Amino acid sequence: MTELTGLYAIWEREVRVYLRERSRVISSIVSPILWLVVYGVGLGSQFNVSGMSYQSYIYPGIIVMALIFSSVFYGASIVWDKKMDFLKEVLVAPVRRSTAFMGKVAGGATDGLIQATIILLLSPFFGVNVGLILVLVYLFMFILLIGLVSIGLLIGSFMESSEGFSLIGGFIVFPLFFLSGALFPLNNLPDWLLTLTIANPVTYGVDAMRGLMLGTYRFGLLIDFSVLIIFAAVMVGLGSMAFNKMKL
Amino acid sequence: MSTNESTEMVTVTSLTKIYKGSVKAVDGVSLTIQKGEVFGLLGPNGAGKTTTLHMLSTILKPTSGEAKVNGFDVAKQPGRVRQSIGIVFQDPSSDELLTGYENLRMHALLYGVPGSIRRQRIDEVLDLVDLKDRRNDLLKNYSGGMRRRLEIARGLLHRPKVLFLDEPTLGLDPQTREHIWEYIEKLVKEEKLTIIITTHYMDEADRLCDRIAIMDKGAIIVLDTPDELKRSLGGDIVKIKAKTPNFFALEALDYVKLVEADGEEVKLTVDDAGTHIQEILSVIGKVDSVELRPPSLSDVFLKYTGREYREQGGGGS
Repeated sequence: MTELTGLYAIWEREVRVYLRERSRVISSIVSPILWLVVYGVGLGSQFNVSGMSYQSYIYPGIIVMALIFSSVFYGASIVWDKKMDFLKEVLVAPVRRSTAFMGKVAGGATDGLIQATIILLLSPFFGVNVGLILVLVYLFMFILLIGLVSIGLLIGSFMESSEGFSLIGGFIVFPLFFLSGALFPLNNLPDWLLTLTIANPVTYGVDAMRGLMLGTYRFGLLIDFSVLIIFAAVMVGLGSMAFNKMKL
Repeated sequence: MSTNESTEMVTVTSLTKIYKGSVKAVDGVSLTIQKGEVFGLLGPNGAGKTTTLHMLSTILKPTSGEAKVNGFDVAKQPGRVRQSIGIVFQDPSSDELLTGYENLRMHALLYGVPGSIRRQRIDEVLDLVDLKDRRNDLLKNYSGGMRRRLEIARGLLHRPKVLFLDEPTLGLDPQTREHIWEYIEKLVKEEKLTIIITTHYMDEADRLCDRIAIMDKGAIIVLDTPDELKRSLGGDIVKIKAKTPNFFALEALDYVKLVEADGEEVKLTVDDAGTHIQEILSVIGKVDSVELRPPSLSDVFLKYTGREYREQGGGGS
């Protein structure tokens, strides 16, 4: 019971702070929209993919991109929490450290979902219709987010400066995005690229989203679900361990 | 269990913390603190006060030794210890992007204060530190003193048995320090809390604490009430500036306990200096200036550590 209210306490704080910083919310929407409008239209004017416009094709992938960036970089908040000693207050409270970790994860995942919601509201403009399937879309986004936020927090728990965090974060974020099939179909890829893409858990998030929204799967929902659940569980486990060892 | 009957709120036995590189931050500290007592850990920066406090509040694990707070072992029952204590850290540890109320609400949730009394508790502690009308302001708009007060309120929110105050007035202006002291005194009177204060301000320790442990290099050098510590010096302090003082005559006076010379200045420890000052001045020879005062904790510190007290930032050596 205390653990649950403890988790809730941290979640509430994270979401409050996120919503309070309007500029953060708005700026997190800008780059996905730029990708869709400029890149999607520019490249899409040359060809279609799988019988649909390129812009529609990358739409689910761009949502995933937004999730990758916001959730991994959300991990920097741990560096900030450490720096302003806020973490001390949390870590001397009578809740487990893993509870504090899960509260942060839930907060970061909620931030990501809020952001995704805004992009989803714009879906008609990009020729994508999401109907009742939306429930499943949210489920998959949530599982993916848990894994991604945990990566961010894992890095954050080792870092002492936000500069250091951005450096490492960049190393993680770009491969996760470019090797996820967000921007291109996986057919006809050279072997090395295909291998890297299949090894990237985010690929399965993109596949699920694209399948749910546009009806084209590479792996199928069941495989996507299984891989993402394992990914989320492993990252949560590693993240909790890092939190338990974290020095103040 | 049997914790409520005992009046010993904190017991510490041979507590030791050795950091990597075999630095002994705390070296075999033992002490007992009674329920309702205000206990001061006094010493320069780096003396081991904060490390001791962090072990008592379960932030750091002791290397060896034992400590119990409210009857619970800090190493074996950290959860019970945490529920029993409130802490106000040296550096602010509240969230600037939340309001005062939201910070307190989060604390209440973390400590499992039941929803039915949460609001009322928050009002109570806000009232105690006079921040009721600022409850909905973001913390980044608070002054340093207000923020410290809010954190004191936060430390009390879950009704702890022991309150730890780590340098409660560090970096605050004199007026704000005075205010914080008044709040602490009010707490002692109204809440009958056990309070442990670390400080490197002598005046603060003197004013607030029932008993004081002076720490240096990780160990407790002396532990007693402020009055007793001062009395242990054996008298008042008389500082005399004189070019050629007659040391021989001074040492012959039996009420002069201690004679220390430092350049042109002679520092005497004198029993009941007020009545004897005439005689001292008559034997010492030509005098440039005289200062007579009751002993302070700084004198106590000087006596026990053999060096002048470094008020601020003396982190070196």
